[in-house]
Amino acid sequence: MSEHIVPVRVYVVIFLALLVGTALTVLAAFYDFPFPAGNAIVALTIATIKATLVVLYFMHVRYSTRLVWVIVASALFWLAILFALTFSDYWTRGWLGFSS
Amino acid sequence: MAASHATTEKGHPALQHHFENMEQQREAGTIGMWVFLTTEIMFFGGMFLAYTLYRSKFPWAFASASNHLDITLGAVNTGVLILSSFTMALAVYCTQVGRRQIQIFALTATIVLGLTFLGIKAVEYYDKYEDNLIPGQLIPGHPFNPTVAREGEPFDKHKLHLLGNASVNNVEMFYWIYFAMTGMHALHMIIGVGIMSFLLYFSIKGRYDPEYHSPVEVSGLYWHFVDIIWIFLFPLLYLLGRHMEHLG
Repeated sequence: MSEHIVPVRVYVVIFLALLVGTALTVLAAFYDFPFPAGNAIVALTIATIKATLVVLYFMHVRYSTRLVWVIVASALFWLAILFALTFSDYWTRGWLGFSS
Repeated sequence: MAASHATTEKGHPALQHHFENMEQQREAGTIGMWVFLTTEIMFFGGMFLAYTLYRSKFPWAFASASNHLDITLGAVNTGVLILSSFTMALAVYCTQVGRRQIQIFALTATIVLGLTFLGIKAVEYYDKYEDNLIPGQLIPGHPFNPTVAREGEPFDKHKLHLLGNASVNNVEMFYWIYFAMTGMHALHMIIGVGIMSFLLYFSIKGRYDPEYHSPVEVSGLYWHFVDIIWIFLFPLLYLLGRHMEHLG
């Protein structure tokens, strides 16, 4: 078997990191960040880091074949298309002076 | 392991005839699961898109509605789910190295934690029911009809405190999205608990071994995926807008 077996201590470290991330995101929610959409940016950054840790270590993607990497990347790519094209519509409504 | 000797080896009993060997079978399973998870990302992605759109349109209403959710229960549930992901990872590890007793224990723990999450979620849903915050006519004869706090009234967690230019109608929009997203997530949890019970049954029967652990692994992928959805739902639904309380 050429499969990579992730040692338990890696799982423990990731688990603790996820708990710390949860605590940080709760603390940050009560703080007013002095830049636009600051709270949303901080909360989503923490959530994205947590999700990345889960994907790479709990879901073994870091040790998986390149085909798995391509599939994961394609999911994110299509998600980006969904958001980008939808918001290119909603955010630009009114730029031409028509009401939305 | 060389891939070309399958015909001369005696195969594992779980090896299907259309695969060369166990490793190829396992990799095919993993890839299949990831393709399914891609469709799941698209499915939840649509709801995250709806959330983002309406939140950018009605930020005050979303903040007011979000502040009504119980942050402690939400945070505890996040911890419960992360712990369940850890026990799931442990179950996969123990199957890979053939530690069956711990594997069975870890699967049981995952099921118990999953049910704990659903229990806490049910408590939260009941709170919303009590405060008439179930949107539309989802519960017949129990329409969306929250008690709105008057301006300057001290904080009461059973009343809706409107911030900024929030309107009750737009708060209802938040609750449509809240119940759609957490409801779909809870449905995935229920299915996940079902899958884990299936795995537990066959683990006790001794079906999985280090050579054949693919079912535990791909079920683990599903479980972790459901955890990831919650990692995003928790800040988006419970936390954003919390800091706007004093601005209203």
